[in-house]
Amino acid sequence: MAKTLYEKIFDKHVVLAQEETYLIYIDRHLIHEVTSPQAFEGLKIHDRPLWRKESIVAVPDHNVPTSDRDKGIQDPISKIQVETLDQNCKEHNLLQFDMSDVRQGIVHVIGPEQGLTLPGMTIVCGDSHTSTHGAFGALAMGIGTSEVEHVMATQCLIQKKLKTMKIDVQGKTHPLVSAKDIALFVIGQIGTAGGTGYAIEFCGDAIQQLSMEGRMTLCNMAIEAGARSGMVAVDDTTINYLKNKPFAPTNEMWDLAEKEWRTLHSDSDAVFDKVVEIDATIIEPQVSWGTSPEMVKGISESIPKKSNLSSDKHLDFQRALAYMGLNENTPINEIFVDKVFIGSCTNSRIEDLREAARYLKGKKINPSIKLAMAVPGSGIVKKQAESEGLDKIFMESGFQWRDPGCSMCLAMNADRLESGERCASTSNRNFEGRQGQGGRTHLVSPAMAAAAAVHGHFVDIRNEEISG
Amino acid sequence: MRKSVDKFKHLVSKVIPLDRSNVDTDAIIPKQFLKSIKRTGFGPNLFDEWRYLDHGEPGMDNSKRSINPDFVLNKPQFKDSKILLVRENFGCGSSREHAPWALLDFGIKVIIAESFADIFYNNCFKNGILPITLQKVEIEELFSETETKTLEIEVNLEKQSVKSSKSYSFEIDEFKKSSLLNGLDEIGLTLENKSVIANFEKSYFSNYPWLKQE
Repeated sequence: MAKTLYEKIFDKHVVLAQEETYLIYIDRHLIHEVTSPQAFEGLKIHDRPLWRKESIVAVPDHNVPTSDRDKGIQDPISKIQVETLDQNCKEHNLLQFDMSDVRQGIVHVIGPEQGLTLPGMTIVCGDSHTSTHGAFGALAMGIGTSEVEHVMATQCLIQKKLKTMKIDVQGKTHPLVSAKDIALFVIGQIGTAGGTGYAIEFCGDAIQQLSMEGRMTLCNMAIEAGARSGMVAVDDTTINYLKNKPFAPTNEMWDLAEKEWRTLHSDSDAVFDKVVEIDATIIEPQVSWGTSPEMVKGISESIPKKSNLSSDKHLDFQRALAYMGLNENTPINEIFVDKVFIGSCTNSRIEDLREAARYLKGKKINPSIKLAMAVPGSGIVKKQAESEGLDKIFMESGFQWRDPGCSMCLAMNADRLESGERCASTSNRNFEGRQGQGGRTHLVSPAMAAAAAVHGHFVDIRNEEISG
Repeated sequence: MRKSVDKFKHLVSKVIPLDRSNVDTDAIIPKQFLKSIKRTGFGPNLFDEWRYLDHGEPGMDNSKRSINPDFVLNKPQFKDSKILLVRENFGCGSSREHAPWALLDFGIKVIIAESFADIFYNNCFKNGILPITLQKVEIEELFSETETKTLEIEVNLEKQSVKSSKSYSFEIDEFKKSSLLNGLDEIGLTLENKSVIANFEKSYFSNYPWLKQE
């Protein structure tokens, strides 16, 4: 029977099936400091061992400082949390990239970078953006801490089958329209609950043309459309990315693996529960204007008018505008920003930094910008960027060049917005208070964030001069 | 620390009407409170940014903070309410289980919504909270009932029913229902299949040997 990619991977991992409830086997378990301590504590209380410690990879990322790292973590509560992860990893002898390791970084950046994320795997992490790893033709999903404990103790998860959704992005995007713009556009179309209950597979010409970095950005944002899992089929781009990654298989194991990975795509006659078709040629650079990722418009458009929305949306619309300090019908390119953040598990990979730096080369950020920061996704990304001279481009333009971590995407460390400040951010959530209480977030691509830094307001990157 | 989740069968309580859609887990429990390494103690900071007028940080004496009298959770008539009524896509965003921990710590045992985000929905069951999905018109009816009075409703999991002045029925997965009714320890349950998992692993790694390489 013809199967979708999701069904192929799911079926290979079924340990037990009881009516519609399945026990599925988990290949890779990524953990970070915020959602794991209570799981370790639960294991200890019940005296339960870890089932397969080799499946676990740990990294601190949410609380880590992105400057003056040699001074350690200043916030005592954050410090305890990171130290707790260190202790748990030591006690159970787990692979950890700790704060002093050059491989440390955002969990969703380092998994793929190290070849710890492989096609066909089931991958979980106590973090909703685990959907990122689906870019490799893997079934990856975010779980809560009770499930983290469940996987640690049993190597399995209790699951129902998700419905399947195909998002078919046909045609070619403008060269300066990025994966982030595709993701935001899709969310604008289907809404933040559009993918609830589904595993989304992204396909079509526009997706095939994306690099692995772009595919990761896209799958990362699947959760913002409500889908626990986003995925892209394996092709040459996937295989080439994985070759020679530190933990990827080698020699005859590689050959065996590659043969299997090449089967990881939906069969041509597979049936999806839902199909959404998107015309890539009409996607403009996107900017979110409200407090939910579905509140998003193209750069040439304006914030909607209340009278054009259905009445059940009015209350949320007014609340969002009040929080954002914006008026209806305001053109997007007339929105001015105070701060600019380039980073997060959505957009902190080498290609994201290149995209921003290519635009920034030879330009200065606007004097009205209070702070512009570039936060690489990992120590390895940082090193690579520095070897290409990107750090100098960022710093010469007026950006700060930081150490890797989640940083101002969720502001658990010292990097945050003050109340009322407006930020052009390459992160994934524009929720109230996400980047700091009272902070106002506009989600954009790295190039759009860089252009906003230079002009002090949003501009259409397609009309900009790019020297790099 | 729980041994297994609390059993849930039946509940009568006043309803807190929180008239919002897309309530995200950042709003339910802001990030600064996620630094705790415990499962308990999050209740006073539930909806912190809406509930208080000042900025909250862990370790603060919350009884001394200025509360937002307009926020529905602060209304005296809802002091001991165990049921929260909301709109669509409740619990979207981050997977943080601190969100249901905070709701539970506050005393919420039932959430009635038009729809829930997947991860949050799942997390509720792990903590003995019953998330109930009703139709849009039914949610609308309940909200309009709360406009004129403090609404008390009865929730019965066994019968899958919600009773206000009208009676509503809701759908729920059988496995999740029985887990909650019996307060099952899911890890213990899965570990009863230890040998099945071990056998699966054996054949799995012989089919995909590169995954065993570490």
